[in-house]
Amino acid sequence: MSYNLNHLKELESESIYIIREVAAQFERPVLMFSGGKDSILMVHLAMKAFYPAKIPFPLLHIDTGHNFPETIEFRDRLVEKTGAKLIVGSVQEAIDKGLVVEEKGFNASRNYLQTAALLEALEHGKYDAALGGGRRDEEKARAKERFFSHRDEFGQWDPKNQRPELWNIFNGKKHFGEHFRVFPISNWTELDVWMYIAQEKVELPSLYFAHQRQVFERDGILLADCEYINKRPEEESSTKTMTVRCRTIGDMTCTGVWQSEAATIEDIIKEVAAARQTERGGRADDKRSETAMEDRKKQGYF
Amino acid sequence: MIDPKHMELLRFTTAGSVDDGKSTLIGRLLYDSKSIFEDQYEAVRESSERRGEVGVNLALLTDGLKAEREQGITIDVAYRYFSTPRRKFIIADTPGHIQYTRNMVTGASTANVALILIDARKGVLEQTRRHAFIASLLQIPHLVVCINKMDLVDYNQERYEEIKQEFEEFSYKLDVRDVHFIPISALNGDNVVDKSQNMPWYGGTTLLYYLENVHIGSDHNFIDCRFPVQYVVRPNTDDFHDYRGYAGRVAGGVFKRGDKVMLLPSGFTSKIAKIDTYDGELEEAYAPLSVTILLEDDLDLSRGDMIVRENNHPEVGQDMEVMVCWFHERPLQLRGKYTIQHTTQEARCVIREIRYKLDINSLHRNMVDQNIGMNDIARVAIRTTKPLFYDSYRKNRITGSVIFVDEGTNETVGAGMII
Repeated sequence: MSYNLNHLKELESESIYIIREVAAQFERPVLMFSGGKDSILMVHLAMKAFYPAKIPFPLLHIDTGHNFPETIEFRDRLVEKTGAKLIVGSVQEAIDKGLVVEEKGFNASRNYLQTAALLEALEHGKYDAALGGGRRDEEKARAKERFFSHRDEFGQWDPKNQRPELWNIFNGKKHFGEHFRVFPISNWTELDVWMYIAQEKVELPSLYFAHQRQVFERDGILLADCEYINKRPEEESSTKTMTVRCRTIGDMTCTGVWQSEAATIEDIIKEVAAARQTERGGRADDKRSETAMEDRKKQGYF
Repeated sequence: MIDPKHMELLRFTTAGSVDDGKSTLIGRLLYDSKSIFEDQYEAVRESSERRGEVGVNLALLTDGLKAEREQGITIDVAYRYFSTPRRKFIIADTPGHIQYTRNMVTGASTANVALILIDARKGVLEQTRRHAFIASLLQIPHLVVCINKMDLVDYNQERYEEIKQEFEEFSYKLDVRDVHFIPISALNGDNVVDKSQNMPWYGGTTLLYYLENVHIGSDHNFIDCRFPVQYVVRPNTDDFHDYRGYAGRVAGGVFKRGDKVMLLPSGFTSKIAKIDTYDGELEEAYAPLSVTILLEDDLDLSRGDMIVRENNHPEVGQDMEVMVCWFHERPLQLRGKYTIQHTTQEARCVIREIRYKLDINSLHRNMVDQNIGMNDIARVAIRTTKPLFYDSYRKNRITGSVIFVDEGTNETVGAGMII
């Protein structure tokens, strides 16, 4: 008799273990929900972890106010289906309160401002653990991330001084005012996520599938035409309709779209398996400098 | 098309310095399996050029932190992923310097395979011994020794045999069950993914073939039933009014519906009424599955307790002997008190005695030196505030491992393997 698990089952089992560990070790956990496939996967795994009970913590969405409308519709339906509580932290509110100042210019994005809104929401809700859908294959700074990642009272990450993580023992001990970021799907790759979504028939926002959209090109990246981006005159004139899809979903101002005909999950798996660019290759927020992600993470970004 | 139903997961750890050609080897595995993306490769090529380096420095792929890129060293364990149609691989890439024993131990703790690199010109070095020792200490089930840079010794068979013998001469002293040797050239790709035309005398497989086929089905313990309770699921809804499920991940053995079980610490017995999951009931559960177990009787059971079989239970006790690897600048304190985490259980403990400090190069036991500093390995006797339910690490890596946490700073300061 052979007792081998296939790789998706083993990844699922590891992630469920970590999600349950968070519920057991922390008083007030929260699940960071962006509306992207990784956070939708996280909600699915959390449902599995506590079945038949409901997910024992709320979802937290940091709303930049610059979302794809499809994201918000999808979020609200998912919340209704799971019966989870939704908390929204607003970047617009942070701007109105004077916590942060809106960026100006052509490349203005609220991506950086999310950090302030996130830290404010965590502090306000007294959350001591924030679960996120970050994966180590996404970006080189994320490759160094722990499952249980300690944050000091300022929400900062100290990558050079991380706690060693051995076997499946997780140290979630902290002083008052500090918190943890927890990344249960650290070991999944983009392809694993898609294969699992196909296997589990997880529903996703329509943005991930090929659709017609007005787009324009900036620095080699295709951006969706929307009211939140200041376009240069030449960008205005080159805007055109194309068949595209998102590989990641973030704020409209920094989420690149890809020219693609992939209309089903099976098409997407084929496309991802053959892809020669990383999914974050379309993220303008990562392109600001070589260590853009590390710099943001140190300050408390997702 | 990939068929995910039959893909397995294999975790392996690599240790070594840049000089061994470790980055080149990882780069080659990733590159030849098409796991390096164009934009990643382009970014690395640009950084290498900006630094005035000759060629593309593939180490920059894994050295993701600013401080690492500045100093040109790997500070922390980096995780890399690649897959072939047969298996998905997780590489825990750890730096090889002596001061990074802690990273090597961390990477080794979950690995199925340890990959050890030897420079064919230099043979077995102190560093090689250290890696092999840590692999055996952490009970990595399979060891593959890659004798690299064969191109620089004219693909000479005698040199290969000489190094193999040298390695075996000291590895017989170690507790390693399965050692495999492969002559390679990571730079030229000999025996990495494709079979080398330059070494007709070598009748074995390539490295990738080995990684794809090494039998990992018996790496978990399927004999001794251990289920540490992680979380109690109580829905309190009308549909599931009296539902009380014990959620956890099987740490050993095979649990079946109807099995007679014993609960620790109470010693009460009951039967498994149901093994539940979101996808429906299971007939049996084995390591490393996460499931929810329901019992026939209503008994008091909570996080940290353990479900076992009546005629096969772990040690239950407060005194144990532990091999500890120390991680912190502040040395281990004799008579010091630490928080100890073991499976889902937590207690406090005191270091009662330091038996000896181990020289990891010579394997000599130093009975006099009581100063256990960062990266040192020692055998200690501890006593815990309450009984733990444990096995020897050799029998079960999950129920035989502990971590030590500093009560003041909350940092993980040591890792222990129960003897």
